[in-house]
Amino acid sequence: MLGFLFQRVLQAAAVIVVMSVVVFIGVYAIGNPIDVMIDPAADQKLRAALIARYGLDQPLVVQYFYFAKNVLSGDLGESMVYRLPVMQLILSRFPATLELALSAMVIATVVGIPLGIWAGYRPDAMSSKVIMGLSVLGFSVPTFWVGLLLILAFAVEIGILPSGGRGTVGTLFGIPTSLATWDGIQHLILPALNLSLFKMGLLIRLTRAGMQEAMSADYVRFARAQGLGDGEVIFRHVLKNIAIPIVTVFGLEFGSTLAFAVVTETIFNWPGMGKLIIDSIITLDRPVMVAYLILVVFLFVVINLVVDLAYGQLDPRIRTRGAS
Amino acid sequence: MSALVVENLQTEFVTRAGTLRAVDGVSFSVEKGRILGLVGESGSGKSVTGYSILGLIEPPGRIAGGRVLLDGVDLIALKPGELRRMRGARVAMVFQDPMMTLNPVLTVGSQMAMAVRAHDKVSQRAALARARDALAVVGIPSPAERLEAYPHQLSGGMRQRVAIATALLHRPAVIIADEPTTALDVSIQGQILAEVRRLADETGTAFVWITHDLAVISSLADDLCVMYAGRVVERGPAAAVIAEPAHPYTAGLLASVPSLHEPGTPLPQIPGSAPSLGRLPAGCRFRDRCTRADAACTADPPAVAAGFDREVLCHHPLVRA
Repeated sequence: MLGFLFQRVLQAAAVIVVMSVVVFIGVYAIGNPIDVMIDPAADQKLRAALIARYGLDQPLVVQYFYFAKNVLSGDLGESMVYRLPVMQLILSRFPATLELALSAMVIATVVGIPLGIWAGYRPDAMSSKVIMGLSVLGFSVPTFWVGLLLILAFAVEIGILPSGGRGTVGTLFGIPTSLATWDGIQHLILPALNLSLFKMGLLIRLTRAGMQEAMSADYVRFARAQGLGDGEVIFRHVLKNIAIPIVTVFGLEFGSTLAFAVVTETIFNWPGMGKLIIDSIITLDRPVMVAYLILVVFLFVVINLVVDLAYGQLDPRIRTRGAS
Repeated sequence: MSALVVENLQTEFVTRAGTLRAVDGVSFSVEKGRILGLVGESGSGKSVTGYSILGLIEPPGRIAGGRVLLDGVDLIALKPGELRRMRGARVAMVFQDPMMTLNPVLTVGSQMAMAVRAHDKVSQRAALARARDALAVVGIPSPAERLEAYPHQLSGGMRQRVAIATALLHRPAVIIADEPTTALDVSIQGQILAEVRRLADETGTAFVWITHDLAVISSLADDLCVMYAGRVVERGPAAAVIAEPAHPYTAGLLASVPSLHEPGTPLPQIPGSAPSLGRLPAGCRFRDRCTRADAACTADPPAVAAGFDREVLCHHPLVRA
C-alpha cells in the first residue's frame, strides 16, 4: 500500500514537471504582455526597462529555470495586473469555485444515481423512459443556454432566487463559505443546478448501464435464490460492483468542474477561478495563467490519486494487484 | 415421502417469433435424501425447469401452468413475498460457474451472513458463526479464515463448495444444482460429488442435479429424468435406466458417452441436432433423429411403463414392462 502510494506520488510529480514545461512554452508563445501593460505612448527606454524587470529579455530556458526555482521555493510570481502574489490571488478565488463545484457534484450525485438505479432496475417502465429522455437533454443542451433559462425562470419571472453574484459569505468550521448563510445558499442554488445538469445526465446513464448489466449477472440470480429482496440485492450486492466507472467519471467531472466552470461563473457573475483565468488570458497576465494551469494539473493529479485509492476499496481484485 | 413434486410444469417465453414453450408438461418427484439427475442437451429445458421451481424466471419468460409442491405447498401459487421467504430457506439453488455466482467484491463471510440474515433475525456475529459451520460441513479447511477471503482468492472447487455451503445454510428440503461441476477439474468434480452424496445421506436434503454429463450423473443419482425438447422422455431409477435405456434418445445419449464406450472404435452419434423450440415436429419430438421412427410417431407418444417405477414417452420403446 505504501509502495503503491509512493509510486503514484512520483508519477504525479513527473506529470506536474512535464505540464509546467508545456504550459510555460505555450504561454511564452502567445504575444508580449508588456505591450498590453504599458501606455502605448511610453518610450522605448521605459519599455526595455520593464522587459528587463520581468526577465523577458532572457532566453526561454533561463526564464523557465528562474520560474522553476521560484516555484520550488513556494513563489509562483506576482500578477502583472493586480500586483499581488499569484498564490494569494488564486486562493482568494478558490473557495467560491470549490463550493460551487462541490454543490454541483452533490446535486448531480444525489439526484442522478438514484434515478439511474431506478431506470436500470425497471428499464421498461414509463418513468424510466422519461428519466432517460431528460438525461439526454441534460448533457446535450448547452450550459450557457440552460443558465439563461434558469435566470429567466427563477430570477426574472418567478423572482424567488437572485440572478447572480455570490451572496453573504459566512464561516463554517473556519472556512469562509456561502453555505453558512441563507442568502449565500440562495445565490448558490441556480449556478450549482446549472453546473450539475450535465453531470447528472452522465451519472444517470452510467448508473443505468451498470445496473442493467449487473442485474442479469449470475451473482444477482444467486443472491435472489438465497431469498434476498430486491433492495438488498441492489444496495448490498450490485452497487459496489458498478461503482468503479461511476467513481471514475465522478472524479474527472469534479476536476473539470473546479477548473473549467467558466461559463457558469460568467453567466451568474460568480467570483470564482474561472473568471480569474479568463481575465488573465485577456490581459496576458502570464504568472496567473501559468500558476492557474499548474494548479489545475495538480488538482487532477490529486483527484485521480484519490479515485485510484477508491478503486482498491471497491474492488479487492485491484487491491491485491496493487500490493504485489 | 416426497420432498419435491413437480406436476405438469409449463414455462414459456414470449418472443417476437411467438410464444415458445421451453418446458412443456414436466413432472417428477424427489424423495427426501435422494438425488434426482435431470439430464438433457443444451436447450432441452432442464435449466429453465430448475429456475421455474424457484420462481426465478424473468420476463419475457413466465410459468404458464403446473404445480411445484414443496411439503405440500404449491410454490407457483405463492405471492412474490411468500416465495422469497421460501427461497434459500426451504429450496436453494447452486449454479454452474462458481466464479460468476459469488459476488467478486464481497467477502465470502459477508455474502453468506447476508444469506443467513435474509431469513433469520440474528446478529452479524451469529450469522458469521453459522456461515463458518456451513463451510466446515462441505469440507473446507480452516473455515474461519475463508470467511475473510474474497472469491478470487479461492480455487474453482473451493468456490463451488462455498456456493453449496451457502445453499445449505438454512437446511433446505431441496437443493437445485444446475451443472455445478461442469466448470471444474475432474478430480475436484469427484470430491464434490462425494460430498454431495454424503450431504444427501446425512442431512436428508433432496437434490435435483441438472447436467448434460451422463457419465457423472450415473455414479451420483438415485433416479434419472431424461429431458428432450422441453419434455421428460424417460424417467426411472438411475441404475435401471443406464443399464437398459428404454427411450431411443436415452440409448443414443448413453452410446455417445466416451467413458462408457469401447476404445478404438468410432463414437456413435445421434444424427441431426435438437429441434429449435419454434419448429418442433408434431407428435414425437425426437422422430426426425430416431432410427425406430415410423408413421405412428407423428402422433403424440404415449407414456409407457418400462419396468419398476419406470416410464418412457415413446411409441416404440426399447424396453417394456
